[in-house]
Amino acid sequence: MALQLEHVSYIYGADTTLSVRALDDICLTIPDGQFIGLIGHTGSGKSTLVQHLNGLIAPTAGVVSYNGRNIWEKGYPRKELRSQVGLVFQYPEHQLFEVDVFSDVCFGPKNLGLPEAEVHARAQRALELVGISEEYYKQSPFELSGGQKRRVAIAGVLAMQPKILVLDEPTAGLDPRGRDEILGQIALLKKETRISVVLVSHSMEDVANYVERIVVMNQGRILYDDAPAAVFSHVKELEEVGLAAPQVTYILHRLAQEGFDVDGRATTITEARDTILRAVRKKQV
Amino acid sequence: MIREITLGQYYQTQSVLHGLDSRVKLVGTLTYILSLFVVNNFLGYLLAAVFLAICILLSHVPFRYMIKGMKAVLFLMLFAATLNLFLTPGEAVVRIWKLQITDAGIAMAAKMAIRLTLLIIGSSLMTLTTTPNHLTDGLESLLGPFKKWKVPVHEVAMMMSIALRFIPILLEETDKIMKAQIARGADFDSGNLLQKAKAMVPLLVPLFVAAFRRANDLALAMEARCYRGGEGRTKMKPLVYHTNDYLAYAVLAIYLTVLIVAGRILQL
Amino acid sequence: MNIIETSHMSYDYIKYDEEGNAAGRTRAIRDVSLSVKPGQFIAILGHNGSGKSTLAKHINALLVPTEGTVVVDGKNTSDAANVWDVRQCAGMVFQNPDNQIIGQVVEEDVGFGPENMGVPTEEIWQRVEESLKAVGMYAYRKYSPNKLSGGQKQRVSIAGVLAMHPKCIVLDEPTAMLDPNGRKDVIRAARALNQVEGITILLITHYMEEVIYADTVLVMDGGEVVMQGTPREIFSQVERLKELRLDVPQVTLLAYELKKSGLPLPDGILTADELAAELKKVGPAR
Repeated sequence: MALQLEHVSYIYGADTTLSVRALDDICLTIPDGQFIGLIGHTGSGKSTLVQHLNGLIAPTAGVVSYNGRNIWEKGYPRKELRSQVGLVFQYPEHQLFEVDVFSDVCFGPKNLGLPEAEVHARAQRALELVGISEEYYKQSPFELSGGQKRRVAIAGVLAMQPKILVLDEPTAGLDPRGRDEILGQIALLKKETRISVVLVSHSMEDVANYVERIVVMNQGRILYDDAPAAVFSHVKELEEVGLAAPQVTYILHRLAQEGFDVDGRATTITEARDTILRAVRKKQV
Repeated sequence: MIREITLGQYYQTQSVLHGLDSRVKLVGTLTYILSLFVVNNFLGYLLAAVFLAICILLSHVPFRYMIKGMKAVLFLMLFAATLNLFLTPGEAVVRIWKLQITDAGIAMAAKMAIRLTLLIIGSSLMTLTTTPNHLTDGLESLLGPFKKWKVPVHEVAMMMSIALRFIPILLEETDKIMKAQIARGADFDSGNLLQKAKAMVPLLVPLFVAAFRRANDLALAMEARCYRGGEGRTKMKPLVYHTNDYLAYAVLAIYLTVLIVAGRILQL
Repeated sequence: MNIIETSHMSYDYIKYDEEGNAAGRTRAIRDVSLSVKPGQFIAILGHNGSGKSTLAKHINALLVPTEGTVVVDGKNTSDAANVWDVRQCAGMVFQNPDNQIIGQVVEEDVGFGPENMGVPTEEIWQRVEESLKAVGMYAYRKYSPNKLSGGQKQRVSIAGVLAMHPKCIVLDEPTAMLDPNGRKDVIRAARALNQVEGITILLITHYMEEVIYADTVLVMDGGEVVMQGTPREIFSQVERLKELRLDVPQVTLLAYELKKSGLPLPDGILTADELAAELKKVGPAR
């Protein structure tokens, strides 16, 4: 059970003189139940890659397969694939359109042709998962706060009960409170449902705190695909491609330069605190 | 797919035509279109075609690029020509079932096809060589006299120029919303007309909301930068006629005279 | 003389029902008194709905206070005759880079403000050139804004304001929609204007890294200014900031955690260098 990309390339405007190679020989496997961070700066090809995952665009070369079956072979039920691989676009609140919150979340499951009772049950479950309580169900989605709107939009995708959830920059434009709410909700969701989550971001701090694997994209290629600590150990290389390691990594590097015996692989505040305490105490002995 | 329509999209290059004042090009295009309707003989069309060919050569816009955009209007042209072919009364040349093709019909269809081709290429030559904002500037200047009768010329020109700036942004937005709704299982392609129209709601509502939000933001930004209508405004790029522009007007006048004189001579 | 002076200003948003009658009032700003000296760099923090954007719109006379006064460069914004002077003096840059560029070519957009002010053509060109150079976008003057990145568009917007020769620029979350590189470029441009040209800057943001260079930081919550001080003073109060659900720079947060674990560190550490120096002092102490 997995989504697999083998040697996938994609060229924009292939038949014109202005063709741009957005993806170049991408090999990537998304297994069940993993929390993956996808990082790259604007124009690195990460948004194009994401649209390959649920068959919104077809690769120019290479194969995308889901559970061993090529999703671009004749007669493949791509509509069903889109319910299995849920994609939440950037600023998803911009797609809200229904008169109330509940109907908007029903849109996805209704398109799958499910019976009404099932549609409602799924919508309710999805709204619960993103922490929107019943008092909001009959409100217009346009009257909610920014963070709430976004959670409703995410529920709209969750209601299709995907096996893989892909979120493109889910915290863009939110304030710290909205950002923490969304990320906390996603982490909780991951824990409760055991679905795979792909979190696309350019914030290293966000990603470092939550994911178990990081894929770094640059110029349409995969630069690193590894555990967070291993990826962030390449501070210099990350900077060369216009990315930065988490702040914490920089602080630890600075301390190491000053002669402190700290573990430079720590990426979160808690890990950093522990390694600094150890280093300082060692010095004190 | 929407972006593939190249008909009349500005083509960036250096040429005599690109350098002309937009007012000259507006007046020129209008004159040319009128001339196509005044003329009613093949010699006239030949002259018009030669004139256009010279202009195209001067514009440095590749002919292939111009033609690429024509595909979209080809259907319209065939339709008009066919209609003329069958419906013009005269001496029958060919009969098919109840329909007949007359000699006058053939002539009419040919004239119509030529006229439309020249008209479309001629007017797209203007937009190919003039940026949209020069065009709006030119329009504002040419329509300036109408301000006396309280016609909101400046406002209309400003609206046109803002619309032109936001069209690509809204197209991109449409594409994004469409994909997002497809990701939620929406189907924009199948079903009958009514179902298709209903399927557009999840696309149109967010699009309108987005357009209004942008309009509101933009109005605020314009106010913050002291915009208060056309009064008391100066221009960063005022329109000024140069020697070439006067020459172009002269050439236009000569073209028109030759065309009319040629028509008269033929009638004699 | 202070460039911005507000005294006991409040602002109510009025909600209208379908007949156009006032149906409800929401107080967005409560009794704010501020004074900003020319050349200062002020940062305003607060989460969405705290009233910071409403406050910003008052500086540019896009809104006028319901109660109290706002005086910009000696001119009361409530007096309709002053509106255009105030807007020329205090320029404004907004959040969404796509929704504030009017021109279809970069240089034409920068010229929009001076055109509105009736500046003679030749001087417009001069101002456009200077402004684009000041934000490092001169090379892109012939580009269509649609071809630029978010950070570049925001710098064009700053140039557009700069061309109006303001004494003060209000930036309302200019980096919220940008990626890290774009964010850095925009902040660098704003700091340069402050330091080189001496323009007063009011920066509204929720990214803490952008705040540490400010002279004064204001924290808003529920329409009121709840904290005010230098960045170090503000970030010394980690608990209070957490209560307000605002971020703290990662170094400050780390130092705070270390202190809680028993290391004798001072409050309000803002850079990695400071942390290293303080930790060195700790080392051999015991």
